[in-house]
Amino acid sequence: MSARSNILNKLRTGLAGSIPRPDDFDERLVTEPWQYAPEDRITRLRNLMEAVHTEIHQVHSDNWPDKVAAILAERNLSNLLHAPATAHGQKLAEYWPKSGSSAQLLAYDRPVEEWKEELFWQVDASLTGTVGAIAATGSLVLWPDRHEPRLMSLLPPLHIALLKASEIEDNLYAMMQRQNWSAGLPTNLLLVSGPSKTADIEQVLAYGAHGPKELVVLILEDA
Amino acid sequence: MSQRIPVTELTGGFRDRAEVALADGQLRTNFRTAMDSLMKKRADAFPDEDEREGLRELGNRIKARALSRLPDLLEQLETKLTENGVKVHWAETTEQANEIVHGIIRARQGSQVVKGKSMVSEEMEMNDYLAERGVECLESDMGEYIVQLDGEKPSHIIMPAIHKNRRQVSKLFHDKLGVEETDDVNELIQVGRRTLRRKFMEADVGVSGVNFAIAETGTLLLVENEGNGRMSTTAPPVHVAVTGIEKVVENLRDVVPLLSLLTRSALGQPITTYVNMISGPRKADELDGPEEVHLVLLDNGRSGAFADAQMRQTLNCIRCGACMNHCPVYTRVGGHTYGEVYPGPIGKIVTPHMVGLHQVPDHPSASSLCGACGDVCPVKIPIPELLQRLRQENVKSPAEGPKVKDGGAKYSRKERLIWRFWQTLNSSPVLYRLFLWGATRFRKLTPKHVGPWTENHTAPVPAKRSLHDLAREHLAREHLARNGGQ
Ligand code: SF4
Repeated sequence: MSARSNILNKLRTGLAGSIPRPDDFDERLVTEPWQYAPEDRITRLRNLMEAVHTEIHQVHSDNWPDKVAAILAERNLSNLLHAPATAHGQKLAEYWPKSGSSAQLLAYDRPVEEWKEELFWQVDASLTGTVGAIAATGSLVLWPDRHEPRLMSLLPPLHIALLKASEIEDNLYAMMQRQNWSAGLPTNLLLVSGPSKTADIEQVLAYGAHGPKELVVLILEDA
Repeated sequence: MSQRIPVTELTGGFRDRAEVALADGQLRTNFRTAMDSLMKKRADAFPDEDEREGLRELGNRIKARALSRLPDLLEQLETKLTENGVKVHWAETTEQANEIVHGIIRARQGSQVVKGKSMVSEEMEMNDYLAERGVECLESDMGEYIVQLDGEKPSHIIMPAIHKNRRQVSKLFHDKLGVEETDDVNELIQVGRRTLRRKFMEADVGVSGVNFAIAETGTLLLVENEGNGRMSTTAPPVHVAVTGIEKVVENLRDVVPLLSLLTRSALGQPITTYVNMISGPRKADELDGPEEVHLVLLDNGRSGAFADAQMRQTLNCIRCGACMNHCPVYTRVGGHTYGEVYPGPIGKIVTPHMVGLHQVPDHPSASSLCGACGDVCPVKIPIPELLQRLRQENVKSPAEGPKVKDGGAKYSRKERLIWRFWQTLNSSPVLYRLFLWGATRFRKLTPKHVGPWTENHTAPVPAKRSLHDLAREHLAREHLARNGGQ
């Protein structure tokens, strides 16, 4: 007998004579305490994310690349990883020569194996999109795909994320429903609620444990 | 605070270890400080009692529903994951689970493994198993890394290195990694970051645990703050997730309340920095992520707990650690005293099914039954009730057939006879009076040493007069006074 059938048999014996519990999921318990007026969503998101060291700027869809250049300049960073096949990646690439920024624009356009060393140690910053955010918990939703791979939001010490104000939902439940997550998920869906951190030594909070030390969110107010 | 760095080796049984731990001032300070702060954080994260109680009730129902369909959900999970390209393995014992993991590593000719936090891999003692076979298995959670570097085991399921303070960590890094000593926690963390980043890059296989396995979509959900979980599951070419069979939930929406309960109860955070939902390996056209993803489903005694409707509730556990943080015993003796993978209240109810009650005979009684654990448990496991049940199983005679694995280890005929005598004595008024008469008259004859009690207390000596006597006399006097006044 295989381990699989042994385990399943034991569990079935344990359940003998019992009936499955009904599905009485009460969605009000996870939605009602977490509802906000549309104009309050950004405030709630900002408050929560700023409390865990996220830097947030409210910008516009025509001028956000300026802000990206300014953020890099402030920190004296020498390069920025972008996703050239995404709309925001294209916009950034078009703008970059005009920005006067000294930072080099890098593209994530080949498999990680081909440039692992560089990706792990030499990339200073990255810019990715998001598919929305959750006001209740102060979380960004990232949906990595072939154009914007998973490691982009993990390896560089600075991660800049673009968020459309109209895509901020009240709570996780609402987000799942609106985007119909149960119909199909990507390889790796992520909720990101701040820069990487740890409190493993004496419960003292330290940022930049293994992922980004800094997270900057640009909220596109008109998008 | 004292400058002493304790080197307490905890050996022997629970009682011996507890005695040593209780005498270690540094250890007690480290735990007291940490637990006080974790309790406060949890309380602050649930400002609204009604909201909290509603959510706990929902969490309990979701887990109970999942358990009531457990075999079906495991099959559904397997089907979905397989469709998504994940290979599912089943293991009845930790030995089997280790063989499976080692097989996967061998097939890739791997020699380096990085591990995100996983209590199930601790259950398996995977690090040791792999090390014996020439595979280096490195912990990547900062706390776990510190503990592993010092050749220790975690002392808390969420905060593995909570028993250490910064000076101890600094000294450890200095000794083992050759870096300068420092009192700056940020610097210490950066040392860990640099060392481990190279390992993430070079590793052949990444191992992780699972917080929730979602049957509906075939998704493995992991929560963490550091990013080491994402690293372990994204950077190496192979990802192996190991988890207990109780971690499956039916629907994606079921994780909404469970996630909120978990992070708020564990750390007082509305959510962890990362919630990592993995539904498959790298797709043909994707540029990163592991080429292979495996899930190992481990039983290790869980089906034994499942067989008993009361004990089954143990499997509700979402491993938040709140029961430890609120336990007056845990706070005083620390995690290592329990001598097992899962310490504290949850450890007491889950370990007997894994290793047998005879291995941990003192655990169910190492509790004052104050009820704090049950009050805070986010999925409403009645821990004190289960502890009482385990105490009963512990003293069942072979004839009574203990229902928990290797129960009856504390059964003693002598003790049973004494209780029977006690019962008879207290249920017969005549015998009881006779006994009282004797006990008060011959009080000088009571023994000076009565077992462990007199190690720390003076022996109890009956009073000259029994309460019955005094009351009778008192009532008689009152009666007289009333009648006399007329
Ligand atoms: S028993 Fe309850 S409180 Fe303890 S770790 Fe499990 S879920 Fe948390």
